[in-house]
Amino acid sequence: MNYLWAFVVGGAICVVGQLLIDYTSLTPARILTGYVVSGVILSAVGLYKPLVDLAGAGASVPLLGFGHLLAQGVRQAVDMCGLPGIFTGGLTAAAGGIAASILFGLLAALIGKSKDQN
Amino acid sequence: MAIRRKDTVIFEKPPVIAAWAAAGGKKESEGPLAEGFDFLTRDAAFPDENCSNWEQAESRLQQKAAEACLRKADISRKELDLVLAGDLQAQCTASNYTMRSLQAPFAGIYGACSTMAETLCLAAALAAGGVVHQALAMTSSHFCAAERQFRTPLDYGAKRTPTAQWTATAAGACLLRNPGQAGVPVLSITFGRVQDYEVRDINNMGAAMMPAAVSTLLRYFAATGTQPADFDAIFTGDLGQVGSALLYEQMEREGIPLPNHRDCGCLLYDVQAQNVQAGGSGPGCSAAVLCTHILPALRSGQYRRVLFLATGALMSQTTFLQGESIPGIAHCVELAGEGTV
Amino acid sequence: MKLNPKEYARMVSRTSPPSPVVKDCLWAFFVGGGICLLGEGLRQVFLIWYDVTMAGTLTSIALIFLSAACTMAGWYQKLAAKAGAGTLVPITGFANSVVSPAIEFKAEGWVTGIGAKIFGIAGPVIAYGTAASAVWGVLYWLMGKVG
Repeated sequence: MNYLWAFVVGGAICVVGQLLIDYTSLTPARILTGYVVSGVILSAVGLYKPLVDLAGAGASVPLLGFGHLLAQGVRQAVDMCGLPGIFTGGLTAAAGGIAASILFGLLAALIGKSKDQN
Repeated sequence: MAIRRKDTVIFEKPPVIAAWAAAGGKKESEGPLAEGFDFLTRDAAFPDENCSNWEQAESRLQQKAAEACLRKADISRKELDLVLAGDLQAQCTASNYTMRSLQAPFAGIYGACSTMAETLCLAAALAAGGVVHQALAMTSSHFCAAERQFRTPLDYGAKRTPTAQWTATAAGACLLRNPGQAGVPVLSITFGRVQDYEVRDINNMGAAMMPAAVSTLLRYFAATGTQPADFDAIFTGDLGQVGSALLYEQMEREGIPLPNHRDCGCLLYDVQAQNVQAGGSGPGCSAAVLCTHILPALRSGQYRRVLFLATGALMSQTTFLQGESIPGIAHCVELAGEGTV
Repeated sequence: MKLNPKEYARMVSRTSPPSPVVKDCLWAFFVGGGICLLGEGLRQVFLIWYDVTMAGTLTSIALIFLSAACTMAGWYQKLAAKAGAGTLVPITGFANSVVSPAIEFKAEGWVTGIGAKIFGIAGPVIAYGTAASAVWGVLYWLMGKVG
């Protein structure tokens, strides 16, 4: 059941992105930025946590989940150390994903080369 | 020597295109005009020739076209009086680096996708005036160099919209000579005026450039008293399927329908089968169609009189991000069948 | 010319072929859903050894690794040309937007090319995500003070 919800919720979040691409003039970079900010907002108002509980990776893998992670991190840090937590909480929670992207990016640059799209 | 009628310069004694050559990459070698190319490669990265980036690769492609053209004209590079060349890269570097090895007097020209017609117009005027005896008009574009400069990294995952056009990996070169020599005569030239109808969609260049094509055509027809039926074909450069459809509609509205119109962006590739969305684009696109199809047909007698109208979109990455609309331009070259003038 | 910009905008939108929305959405749904399904599978495996938070982080890292490998092989771009948002919206799309400029701008050097351009596309996501979370943090802190 977990798997089915992961597939359906994850797919549905992507469909919303596709509708934005096809029906608006938003560029992919703007859509990604919008998704992360929306994830922060949805998490802040308490709507995203139930979705993650239901769909697992279906809600945490799309970029909305990245926003949720940032928001949750800030909330926990503020709980622990007060106002300074707004500086440390978000990126601490998201550190794994960001560091992995940088490291694998550098590794790919070391080995890979730019390829023709033909 | 030449008569000026409004924006059109008519050569009483027309200069000629004595030789021409085209070079292309993989997609071009799979397209309907493949047989007309003088040089084709399956790997336009040129790894065997010490190219380490796409900018160098484009320059190498342009060199191939220049060398083939000189070979066909049976002259050495030392006999060139002038080379007019340009491309899409910032500061026209593909052409600059080509000229580093070609070592001939050189003037760099930027006209985006209209560069082939622009260099041809200038070289023809200089040859007609006797200022130069042998001048090369040349341009190129490379899909990968254009993509990384204007859009996104090549390995970035993005879906293309149906109105987007595919930048050709191609180069074309034409050798111009003085009136009276053997070759395809250039009867007249018309420099275009910049037209901007507030199109902002960078994925719909055909729409951005169409008004420029109409503007130049109307001025040309009015200045010369000609009409579309006087030509075997009217070629526009790079409007693609969307821009071409818009062109028909607008010319109908102006009362001058274009039944004999062909678009270079729709000729270079099999638009349905080759996954190029609305068609080809880039300076190399119209240059390649000129050198693989139009000029050979004018030499063989298949065509007796045509218009070659290359269109260019004159924005930059910076002006695009600043929200500016896309200005377009179209330059027109009137060509006659070899031996008909 | 018998044309004005307003008229032309209408003419252009009438003439330009629309995106095949149903087909696009089916691709986005199945590919995007598939990536999430793969993520859920990985998450369940990591949950055997780790707590929920760590398993989530490791799932992201594993997907980022797979995305980097596919990007390097040239497959991610090919899949994305069909899948659209299906490959854009998952964390694999974020990874692709970091890895692809790193590969592309190698020609301009390790510091001025790769280093400077690596966040050329993903930078805004981190910048505005962090900013939004900070705003939320201030509100949350204030709510704690008031409440």
